[in-house]
Amino acid sequence: MGAALSELRELAAEIEVHSFDVVVIGAGGAGLRAAIEATAMGASTAVVCKSLLGKAHTVMAEGGIAAAMGNVYAEDDWKVHFRDTMRGGKMMANWRMAQLHAQEAPERVWELEEWGAAFDRTGDGRISQRDFGGHRYARLAHVGDSTGLEMIRTLQHRLAQSDAQVFMEHTVISLLTDADRISGVLSYSRSDGRFVLLEAKAVVLATGGIGKAYRVTSASWEYTGDGHALALRAGAELADMEFVQFHPTGMVWPPSVRGILVTEGVRGDGGTLRNSDGRRFMFDYIPPYFAEETAQSEAEADAWYEDKRANRRPPDLLPRDEVARAINSEIKAGRGSPHGGVYLDIASRRSAEYIMKRLPSMYRQFKELADVDITTDAMEVGPTCHYIMGGVRVDPETGASSLAGLFAAGEVSNGLHGANRLGGNSLGDLLVFGRRAGAGAAAYASGAGQSGRISASEVSELCADALAPLTSEGGENPYQLQGELADLMQSNVGIVRRSDELAHAIERLEDLEERSYQAHAPGGRKFNPGWHAALELRSMIVVSRCIATCAVARTESRGGHTRDDYPSADQALGRINFLLRWAGPKTGPSTGGSLELTTAAVEEMPEELAQLFVQGQGS
Amino acid sequence: MAMGLFAFILYATWATFQNSHYYAAPYLSPFYSPCVSANCTYQTAPLVGSWWKVSPALAVVWIPLGFRTSCYYFRRVYYRSFWLSPPACAVADARPRYSGESRLPLILNNVHRYFFYLAFALAIVDSWDAVAAFDFSGHFGIGLGSLIMLTDAVLLWSYTLGCHSCRHLVGGRLKLLSAHRIRYRLWKGSSVLNRHHGLFGWTSLGWVGFTDLYVRLVSTGVITDPRWVLH
Amino acid sequence: MRSADTGTQTVRLRIWRGDSQAGRFVEYSVPFNDGEVVLDVVHRVQATLAPDLAVRWNCKAGKCGSCSAEIDGRPRLMCMTRMSLFDRDSPLTIAPLKTFPAERDLVTDVGFNYAVAGRVPPLAPRQTEPGEHHRIWDADIERVQEFHRCIECFLCQDVCHVLRDHESNKNKFVGPRHLVRLAELEMHPIDTADRRATARHDLGISYCNITRCCTEVCPAGIAITDNAIIPMKERVADRFFDPLRLLAAKLRSRPDSGPAK
Repeated sequence: MGAALSELRELAAEIEVHSFDVVVIGAGGAGLRAAIEATAMGASTAVVCKSLLGKAHTVMAEGGIAAAMGNVYAEDDWKVHFRDTMRGGKMMANWRMAQLHAQEAPERVWELEEWGAAFDRTGDGRISQRDFGGHRYARLAHVGDSTGLEMIRTLQHRLAQSDAQVFMEHTVISLLTDADRISGVLSYSRSDGRFVLLEAKAVVLATGGIGKAYRVTSASWEYTGDGHALALRAGAELADMEFVQFHPTGMVWPPSVRGILVTEGVRGDGGTLRNSDGRRFMFDYIPPYFAEETAQSEAEADAWYEDKRANRRPPDLLPRDEVARAINSEIKAGRGSPHGGVYLDIASRRSAEYIMKRLPSMYRQFKELADVDITTDAMEVGPTCHYIMGGVRVDPETGASSLAGLFAAGEVSNGLHGANRLGGNSLGDLLVFGRRAGAGAAAYASGAGQSGRISASEVSELCADALAPLTSEGGENPYQLQGELADLMQSNVGIVRRSDELAHAIERLEDLEERSYQAHAPGGRKFNPGWHAALELRSMIVVSRCIATCAVARTESRGGHTRDDYPSADQALGRINFLLRWAGPKTGPSTGGSLELTTAAVEEMPEELAQLFVQGQGS
Repeated sequence: MAMGLFAFILYATWATFQNSHYYAAPYLSPFYSPCVSANCTYQTAPLVGSWWKVSPALAVVWIPLGFRTSCYYFRRVYYRSFWLSPPACAVADARPRYSGESRLPLILNNVHRYFFYLAFALAIVDSWDAVAAFDFSGHFGIGLGSLIMLTDAVLLWSYTLGCHSCRHLVGGRLKLLSAHRIRYRLWKGSSVLNRHHGLFGWTSLGWVGFTDLYVRLVSTGVITDPRWVLH
Repeated sequence: MRSADTGTQTVRLRIWRGDSQAGRFVEYSVPFNDGEVVLDVVHRVQATLAPDLAVRWNCKAGKCGSCSAEIDGRPRLMCMTRMSLFDRDSPLTIAPLKTFPAERDLVTDVGFNYAVAGRVPPLAPRQTEPGEHHRIWDADIERVQEFHRCIECFLCQDVCHVLRDHESNKNKFVGPRHLVRLAELEMHPIDTADRRATARHDLGISYCNITRCCTEVCPAGIAITDNAIIPMKERVADRFFDPLRLLAAKLRSRPDSGPAK
């Protein structure tokens, strides 16, 4: 422990100090997998998470883990998966990440099984695989429709067998750096409000996404973009922040559950989308890019469920961006359902028994929250903010960011999904790159020598800054500010974007940021949600600014970024990623030019992989 | 629930000590079956000599008594109703100290499987009684009593085969059910009955009492058994 | 209460406010709409009347098990309890879980559950040939999958009178959640360990008197008592309370290797 730390202790007797090789921020799939790998490599490891262990957002993942194991279709292999991922991401993904993911996902799934995960089985005792949007073959290893729960619990128990230390219900306020490398993490305990300083040689960010910046979202309160904001303000690069995925099927009624996810597995298992006229409207929205591999008639689409070799996929299973846009158009054209969605019908297409076996938690969710029996009635669904493809720019092999000692994995990182993520690729992402980032961090830590210095004055400044909302006089209610932000983003930086709305959003965001630093949270430091909300608001606004800034720059429509004023794809723009760096102050509200936007060329893939996209490889 | 159990215990105790009117040809009260002592009105099997002076029911009644007392379903009933631990969910226990089934006497409930073996044998005897209830002095016939006896046997089997110990012994104890096709099927079947174990517990309990009462009423001549006999 | 002109309704809530030292019920009155759940109303109190009201929640869809509380005395998930259940004028009482130490308001210190989790010996998977993977059949995995539905809301731990009413039992008995975990490992088709002695001596399975309250409150619909605890009690009986089986094991002159083949 460095001299600076003992100095710190004297300075602020109330700060708890620990020292680790690797600190993992976040305890979802990526964070847990990273911590397991780091401990296995002998690194002393801590996991810091905002909720209790096992409650992270991964728990809500439903459909499955995409992995080309070939259990159901022997033709499936990593090359097909790689190709699906690249095409689904509109060729914007980092080819190496897509390759590693497709190659390693099967091993990671089998490893989970070895650790006790109870996957559904095929008739011959292997791991069953289900159909999902954008995947050519049935590829998703799953446990009913609660695969995320299975994954997080399996990893949680596995981690419990190591000596990693878990700091539950702790929020990270800032990453600490010493001469452009990571030196530690400053956090506070949500339950008693005490500050906890973790000296660290390496830090793995696994904080997930940003969904709470939107009004209609499938995300929990935790999704406030903390990791994105921490990385950016510490000096790392973010990329592709304009690409936000709206999942086509979220619940729309009752209002209190608007946005809660309805798994793509419903469509994978035979469900179909209909408008108020009863028409299967997805046939009207097949883009030329996918026309060759998509069924053109209802008969062919229905036959595909039985025989995938002789038939093409139903358009209901196009990638998520296509389906979300189609639903959006139907609703705007007045062909929506009574509560502003469209119909998703599996009741008339599959037996009640099948539905109960494959989709038990969907059944419960609709029965208990909406009084709808999905075995007899159609669901009402509409788009909901689900995932951000953009994030910390990382090295594909190790998850290293552009800041020495900082690693990232999972949703907070960028690269695998390009402009649009395929369903099922997220859970695989967590496992494959969680493991790689954990290994990368442990290897870096073992070669890093002495920990970097931590500045006592910086820490006390950060603490004071964090405590400000408790004492600021006359500030606004943080919940109201959060609501205002969510409405602003929903209506101006949502599924379909326009330059005037984006400009308006950027202007309003600057104002909101000023006000957010004035926000007031009455009460003390012990488990005070108002205070927590005030601090999270700061991250949410930074991330929202990143999204809006990149959205302005990308004057085309592609994947998770649709511009009303630039409705088609632009070949030139399709070859560049937008990068962001922070040039503002380390703490406090940012200044005018604090976001530096630059571009980088999308990396060219080697010839043998490029061959996979040449004609003749077919659909 | 407590009332139901209490009422049954009162009636069963009274009926057990009656030592009369438990047989009305061809019906034998289930409380007295198998009737094994020399002083039986109708003897199933001569296992006990004339030294047995008390009611023949006492020679067998301990089996169903032990089976039901150690039954995982009825344990819940009396722990809740009589022990008040707990009186109801999320309602405080009546007593400050608690050791569950970790000590004597409640640890003895672990013998449940042995009572299951005996109850299984008893269910076979009861089935025999039910078959015999269609035998009117060598002629096949159906009386109201025959149907009551048959129902009694069916309910007893449903209760006995859905017993948690039975479910465990036929297959539940296996780590790999898939490796034992027949035992897997038996376990599945037992599991189906087990889901309604409480229901079968109560109905079979009530029906046994009712069957005894019916035999008793026919035997004392209070009612006449309507019957149809094939000659 | 439904107001005749607007169609909006108001509900009175009695929410426990306090910490480990002291606390009391505070009454709030807030509007609510059709289709809302208790958690929505608690959030409305937080957003408008009491910004520092502490409450745990995450997914708001019954999948994470964070928002456990006692609503009108019954342990429930706030996110899955619809307001329409309570159609009446008297106030709705929302209290923290009684079995665990109060932390603040509706948040309790559930650390006990994480602390005792380590007492269940982990999975000991059987080896496969290199390059091979387990073949597992529905008949075997379905039993385990039921237990894997557990969302660790700890409502079963809360309602279990062994823990709830007898603080001293907390070092002897791990509670229904961990007995479910025990069962899922013991019945796991690739597991090779024998946890029966642990179940009896370290996990305190015999403290359970199968009153089934855990099963009644389980939001995941797991038949905790019938499918997990009782089968484990029977396995413990195999190992400790079955004289014939013990004798048979002795005669075979090797330690009882358990039910696994």
